[in-house]
Amino acid sequence: MSRVLVSDVLVIGAGPAGLAAASAARQRGASVTLLDASDQLGGQFWRHLPAVRPAASERVLHHGWATFVGLSQALEADSGCRIIGGAQVWAIETSAAGPAAVHVLVGEPDGVGRERLVFSGAAMILATGAHDRILPFPGWDLPGVFTGGGAQALAKGERLAVGRAVVVAGAGPFLLPVAASLARTGSAVLGVFEASRAPALLRGWLPRPWQLLPAAGKGVELAGYVAGHLRHRIPYRLGRMVVAAHGTDRVEAVTVASVGPDWAPVNGTERTLEVDAVCVSHGFTPRLELAIAAGCGLTAARFVAVDQAQHTSVTGVYAAGEITGVGGADLAMAEGAIAGHVAAGGLASDDQVRRAVRARRTFAGFARRIEAAHAIRAGWEQVLTADTIVCRCEEVSFGALCATAESTRAGSLRALKLSTRAGLGICQGRVCGRTVEELLATRVGDGGLRDQVSTDRRPIAALIRLGELAADHQGRGLSPEHPEPEPDPMKGTK
Amino acid sequence: MTNDVIIVGAGIIGAACARALASAGLAVTVIDRGTTAGGTSSACEGNLLVSDKGPGPELVLAQYAATLWPDAVAALGEQLGDGFPSVEFDPKGALVVATTTAGASRLLDFVATQCGAGVDARVIDARQALRLEPDLTPGIEAAVHYPQDAQVHPSIATQALMASARLHGTRLLENTPVLGPLFDRAGSLVGVTTPGGELRARRVLVAAGPWSGQVAGLLGVRLPVRPRRGELLVTTRMRHRILHKVYDGDYVGAVGSDDGGLQTSAVVESTASGTVLIGSSRQHVGFEARLRVGVLGEIAAKAMRLFPFLAGAAVMRSYGGFRPYMPDHLPVISDDPRMPGLWYATGHEGAGIGLSLATAEVIRDLMQGRATRIDAAPYSLARASLAPHLQVGRP
Amino acid sequence: MTARLLPFCADPVRPAPPTPITITVDGAAASGVAGQSLAGVILASGALGLRRTSASGRARGVLCGIGICYDCVVEVNGQRDVRACQRRAVDGDVITTQHDPLPGGDTG
Repeated sequence: MSRVLVSDVLVIGAGPAGLAAASAARQRGASVTLLDASDQLGGQFWRHLPAVRPAASERVLHHGWATFVGLSQALEADSGCRIIGGAQVWAIETSAAGPAAVHVLVGEPDGVGRERLVFSGAAMILATGAHDRILPFPGWDLPGVFTGGGAQALAKGERLAVGRAVVVAGAGPFLLPVAASLARTGSAVLGVFEASRAPALLRGWLPRPWQLLPAAGKGVELAGYVAGHLRHRIPYRLGRMVVAAHGTDRVEAVTVASVGPDWAPVNGTERTLEVDAVCVSHGFTPRLELAIAAGCGLTAARFVAVDQAQHTSVTGVYAAGEITGVGGADLAMAEGAIAGHVAAGGLASDDQVRRAVRARRTFAGFARRIEAAHAIRAGWEQVLTADTIVCRCEEVSFGALCATAESTRAGSLRALKLSTRAGLGICQGRVCGRTVEELLATRVGDGGLRDQVSTDRRPIAALIRLGELAADHQGRGLSPEHPEPEPDPMKGTK
Repeated sequence: MTNDVIIVGAGIIGAACARALASAGLAVTVIDRGTTAGGTSSACEGNLLVSDKGPGPELVLAQYAATLWPDAVAALGEQLGDGFPSVEFDPKGALVVATTTAGASRLLDFVATQCGAGVDARVIDARQALRLEPDLTPGIEAAVHYPQDAQVHPSIATQALMASARLHGTRLLENTPVLGPLFDRAGSLVGVTTPGGELRARRVLVAAGPWSGQVAGLLGVRLPVRPRRGELLVTTRMRHRILHKVYDGDYVGAVGSDDGGLQTSAVVESTASGTVLIGSSRQHVGFEARLRVGVLGEIAAKAMRLFPFLAGAAVMRSYGGFRPYMPDHLPVISDDPRMPGLWYATGHEGAGIGLSLATAEVIRDLMQGRATRIDAAPYSLARASLAPHLQVGRP
Repeated sequence: MTARLLPFCADPVRPAPPTPITITVDGAAASGVAGQSLAGVILASGALGLRRTSASGRARGVLCGIGICYDCVVEVNGQRDVRACQRRAVDGDVITTQHDPLPGGDTG
């Protein structure tokens, strides 16, 4: 039978938000269980070399490394904090009466026969983070195309450079640390191509610049990247996009073009660069599936809705970090500290969290400006050709998506997902979902998609083997092995 | 527009009826509080079965439908063209397997009744079963092969039928719920009110699946349709290893039962996209759609009993739907004697996808005053087995 | 012109010397270091593609590297659908790349 474990506070996700939350909850004396799918703490932001490869100067690759070391070592040494790595939450089961049951598989990632655990408790903090959003372009399905996060994970997690001559492209300040990591891992970064143009960036980054003073750390961080770029001589170009990747079975070259303020490519500005890897990131998509499974309401911008105490619409469920709004590690830690403090019985108005509350205000403002400056603009769709794959898992092309929308005249995302298979493959719409929704919204008549279905909802949040799912039911005379001898072939031939 | 028929419900029953009526020249409007195939029609397996039905009116309707499906698929393909997604009609046949002696004896008794009713049911031995399905458990007590069974993609089939209906002139109004009835001075139902205004027709046909009871209530009559929840699992893609629809003998007992508690039985098949679809469960939990881990676990365990190799298969998604359940396990395909102008095509429980085409022809023939190909009396609202459930005030 | 592990002696992070490990990928040996993910070992061995798609047989590699996209799924010691970017490589692992044709399609 599954073991059921209870603690005062359950924290899901051990990145900056989750670590800060666990720490704050511990400071109030609450018992804490901290889960993460990885065998390491730190999430994506502090992805680092594994324990079998300790590094003397790990901090060179990270921001706030000392903060991470402090948080993680304190929690690891704290008997009041139970840390479970390799813990994959695969379902959250709500009930009309009482707290939700959090179903977890513990073991090797995508293993067979992992241990099943169930967690239940008074308070749960969701800190599941975000993943890169990558907009499709011709050739993006070639091996050698990585997301920025993927390049980072390989660079920081195993000191692997994804290519020797690489291009970084997309939108948002995340492109800068990606380029820096690549440069520090032995890649030649031929250029960083940011789709947003200078005027948009100035409007987004610089209005009321005095508000950024408390975020001086952030300014230092960005200044460091720019300085790093100068040192490594990496060109940083605005108003440019990778419009195609070329190659037979792998990337061999990319075409970069200038784009207008609406991100539409400008004819005649294309340049081709020989590369062996491309790292692309167009912002971040929050990982909402567990919050949705727990019943949490979302904002219009499709993040988890929280109040000043980081409390969601579900009693006892809190959310912190990227899932409440993309804002980086400093904001995540501020939110995490408040969530952990309140989940453990404190108030958002308490002195202990005053600094976190102030930090949250400052960094949330910064986050909004980043979003305004780097938000995806609709002209990007013009890079698509009929053959460009939109749903990678099911190999659904842009042409097929549009043709099916037109031929079926379907007005609902559910009907279109089922008839095109877009979003129904093994990644369950994590990569293509938002893109498919946006492409269909303008190609379905009568004002767009007419049902309330979204691709963010995944009741089964991770792959689970049938044998693992059946584990609690094996004992009830349902063994797959039949004990009887070979059946008489003469039986039942009437 | 003057409608001949307003159909409430854009699921497979509503779409099939719209197509049949519109191609007979009637002016049809379909309304749905949501979107086409937005309910049970997109949350099921796509069964076109005779194998799970004993002698009786449901089997008769299924056999009628089985004669219609192949031609309908061809006709839809012609009419809608290559650009329309395939309905994935697969006449794969079914294999029903018993792995216990008690189950085997129940299954063989059941098969004997079916053979007398014109079902092609072939009792085979374990060796033959393993030739048909090499990955099946060797622990087979009895096996029956039903070549007549088929599968279809239920959501695409619904959308295809609706597209066909629209090409024949059907008007579709989505996100258009019924608010109430419209009566003429004689007290006949002559339409419905919606947020967008009044819709008038000579007949209103309720084909709203498990929600037909609610719609009937809005119109002022009681229809005892209740939801019966079912859950399904979908695995990741794998090479084609399961060649038929395969289910255990327990399925037979589960379909016909009234037990309000959880019932599960294994149903396993491949789909055109390479995934394996695994069901199934039956539960009376109202319209409560929350995830139930225990139910999924039971389904998983029973599926592994049929195909041990599935232990390593990865489940990537689960979904569920609400079957429209009638207390006497037969659909209602008739007018409502209590309210002139009101008709029903609903209550098909777990067989609606397959039965849709036959239901549509019965409705078409009844509405036009023509002889139906089969005796329609067993599906009438006026049948004796329903009478106790139509009394006002009964739960 | 492929992915490359930064040699540890040239690494500003100053990691401890690596322990070499070897796995097989479709029967061919691939060398890496202890602690790496399977994806990292495969990439550093010179292969950018980890599987072929079902409908059109096109090569796919690592996209997101953080376990979201499931493009990098491989069979590990008989277990199918394992994300190579999430599973750490163990010396002696036997990897088989996946290519599952659709029912009724061309066999891989």
